[in-house]
Amino acid sequence: MTVLLKRRSVIPGFGITLGYSLLYLSLIVLIPLTTLFLKTASLTLAAFWEEVTSPRVLASFKLSFGASLIAAAINGVMGLLVAWVLVRYRFWGKRIVDALVDLPFALPTSVAGIALTTLYAKNGWMGQLLDPLGIQAAFTPLGVTIALTFIGLPFVVRTVQPVLQDLGVEVEEAAASLGANRLQTFRKVIFPSLLPSVLTGIALAFARAVGEYGSVVFISGNMPMRTEIAPLLIMTKLEQYDYAGATAVAVVMLLLSFVLLFAINALQWWNRRKYGAR
Amino acid sequence: MRTENVYRATLGIVLSVTFAFAAAAKDITLLNVSYDPTRELYQEFNASFGQYWKDKTGDTVTINQSHGGSGKQARAVIDGLSADVVTLALAYDVDQIALRGGGILPSNWQTLLPNNSTPYTSTIVFLVRKGNPKGVKDWDDLVKPGVSVITPNPKTSGGARWNYLAAWAYALKHNNNDEAKAKEFVNALFKNVPVLDSGARGSTTTFVERKIGDVLLTWENEAFLAINELGKGAVEIVTPPFSILAEPPVAVVDRVAKKQGNAEVAKAYLEYLYTSEGQEIAAKNFYRPRLEAVAAKYAAQFPRIDLITIDDPIFGGWKKAQDVHFADKGVFDQIYQPGK
Amino acid sequence: MTVKEAAPRPQRPTITEPVWVRWLLTAIALAFLGVFLLLPLAVVFIEALSKGLGAYGKAVTEPDALAAVRLTVTAASISVFLNLVFGVAAAWAIAKYEFRGKSFLITLIDLPFAVSPVISGLIYVLLFGLQGLFGPWLNDHDIKIIFAVPGIVLATVFVTFPFVARELIPLMHEQGTEEEEAAVSLGASGFQTFFRVTLPNIKWGLLYGVILCNARAMGEFGAVSVVSGHIRGITNTMPLHVEVLYNEYNPAAAFAVASLLALLALVTLIAKTAVEWRTQRDRKELVEIQESLTP
Repeated sequence: MTVLLKRRSVIPGFGITLGYSLLYLSLIVLIPLTTLFLKTASLTLAAFWEEVTSPRVLASFKLSFGASLIAAAINGVMGLLVAWVLVRYRFWGKRIVDALVDLPFALPTSVAGIALTTLYAKNGWMGQLLDPLGIQAAFTPLGVTIALTFIGLPFVVRTVQPVLQDLGVEVEEAAASLGANRLQTFRKVIFPSLLPSVLTGIALAFARAVGEYGSVVFISGNMPMRTEIAPLLIMTKLEQYDYAGATAVAVVMLLLSFVLLFAINALQWWNRRKYGAR
Repeated sequence: MRTENVYRATLGIVLSVTFAFAAAAKDITLLNVSYDPTRELYQEFNASFGQYWKDKTGDTVTINQSHGGSGKQARAVIDGLSADVVTLALAYDVDQIALRGGGILPSNWQTLLPNNSTPYTSTIVFLVRKGNPKGVKDWDDLVKPGVSVITPNPKTSGGARWNYLAAWAYALKHNNNDEAKAKEFVNALFKNVPVLDSGARGSTTTFVERKIGDVLLTWENEAFLAINELGKGAVEIVTPPFSILAEPPVAVVDRVAKKQGNAEVAKAYLEYLYTSEGQEIAAKNFYRPRLEAVAAKYAAQFPRIDLITIDDPIFGGWKKAQDVHFADKGVFDQIYQPGK
Repeated sequence: MTVKEAAPRPQRPTITEPVWVRWLLTAIALAFLGVFLLLPLAVVFIEALSKGLGAYGKAVTEPDALAAVRLTVTAASISVFLNLVFGVAAAWAIAKYEFRGKSFLITLIDLPFAVSPVISGLIYVLLFGLQGLFGPWLNDHDIKIIFAVPGIVLATVFVTFPFVARELIPLMHEQGTEEEEAAVSLGASGFQTFFRVTLPNIKWGLLYGVILCNARAMGEFGAVSVVSGHIRGITNTMPLHVEVLYNEYNPAAAFAVASLLALLALVTLIAKTAVEWRTQRDRKELVEIQESLTP
């Protein structure tokens, strides 16, 4: 099979399409990203280390990663639930709900930012409900988490949905006929086959959340050490003319993006293997 | 006078898009890169200057405006935003353009126009809720427990640096110049700050629209504006007996203006700020005018209070103040340790 | 009461949950989506109309708003076009041929997804800013990239880079190479093969990618904010104009412009759903044809 595929293809255009793709990729993505490393190279390793481990930078990483992780986890649970409901149950308006799930992809982040801030500020619709409970959402880490949950919402739903759709009922029937109750069937049979796609969705949501800027800056209040996310810190450092510091933080985030991407690819590979070639 | 506005974009083989519009000889386009609270001021001033210049030379001037946090704007100019003039929140930011901009602006810029190149001034006042329920009268009321203070982050906002320095000066003055006591004071003040927005505008929105905090530390002009635009009857101004003289400077970005053939009009534009027309517009937009005659006319609007300047020995000018207070590991970093 | 043994036909095991569980799960899911999706959307439109229709109309037709719309449309169409060409070329190379390092290439194409928008803007400032690598040269030759339209286009291209390619690669891969090989063996040129054979097969996927790419291009905030310079009426895109108005004590106008973007998002969702629908129908037809052909 592989031998067969590796024979020279008769279809023309390999050289030009690959060449063009590589050129475009290099010009738009790779070379610009390299300048980031070049700029950071002006720092010695020790200075770089001191820069990225300063309390304020660490606090921003902690917030960015912590809030993103919580948001991704919320989306993991709720996304699975939403996907389940959308695939398995019938209810009025299902198609509309299904389409609406992608709203966070389509809605500009600055619009999401001002809308969420208005909602969760003390005098907003949600803020008014939360305030008597002593919960402050806007301008706290909770607000950051809410914004990140919003922008990561579609990922898990969209990765789980197709897998769930193709999951035959036969295994479930088999499990049920063997005496398993519904919960056991879900835990032992359904969930394991969904797990890779859930994890992929979580990883995607996490990757998106860590870098998010537009929706968060409005709702976070931007307090150093408390609600200052890492991308904002890059901007702040730039405004203080600290280019080296800004690029140092950026490099750390960029490396993390690489790691996440490879993790996501590995997950998808696992997903395919587990779920058979499609 | 001739201006060419040529946008050309060529990016290697991939991107070759050409936008070119060469304007007629008598149409001048000027870019004024400014900070947040001057939007309304320059809207009015630009129209007035356009008329003045048309009457004088027959040329039509279109003035484009860019507004944002002062530091952010200065950085944009350093990175190549082709401003003919900058009108920023503090001299430090213009100094940075002179220092890091590769000579686009002369380092003696502050001597090129009268009054240290600051045609109008302002001061830092308190904006409180209607009826002043917490009874805030002076700076020491801000450190009382239970008083929540809104100010932007001094690390990123020019306005916030004036706020901070005013508090610092007050504390020194009332503690026989004891720096440790002053540190304690500003520390206590910032302990009362629940939200530290990155810019002055953000803080005003937080205070007026989101209804967070009891006191907003802000420019006098911004406080007036907030009352007029948003909170008539909801908030009121408290002018403390002592504050700082905030001097927002203006400068021609020499090399950029020359290159675009705008040197003459850019200079005239800033000089027009010092004329009675310009001063009148500044005063109308709640900036304290320099010109005596105009100041007298608007005296009722601006209470006379004790104002310290940035060149006072306790600060020693912007460069020193910046290094001591706002640089990394400076006094502000030492005192501001939230979560502790 | 007589108990009769069930008929010998196999009894279907219960493959679904009790009614109350179904209701509960549906209610939780809908409540979650309601709070996180519907409320923000509703807030945008309600705030936009809070000062009345007249103020709304004025806010979306004042010159700076119109300039922002024009710039957004310009930047988005250039970006979508460039990424469309790239997406087709990349998908062609990756899906129709085998070569070493392919999966690494796919990962690199995905990279802009994972890069923070702020970084996407920053890299172009480092490259083309006056203090950047090519800044002085560009300045000497009077070429403006940063703080002008080209910079905005570049940042937009970067953040929407993978969209079309990501849609096309799996699709073209799935469709294999037989049809193209047949066309070539019948004497068709490369372009003929693409336009007559490949394109009809991938048109819905292509459209899908373009829709997503366009939505992101028009809505990008962080990256564009870094390279824009915020010159009113000249380099403010719609999302930036929203921020400007919001900062100008003009929330109603900010939400008015935001509502245009929200409408765009809704149109995007509708278009996307329609395309998905078509794709499913085409696929079903295909399956039916194949089934009818197998004896």
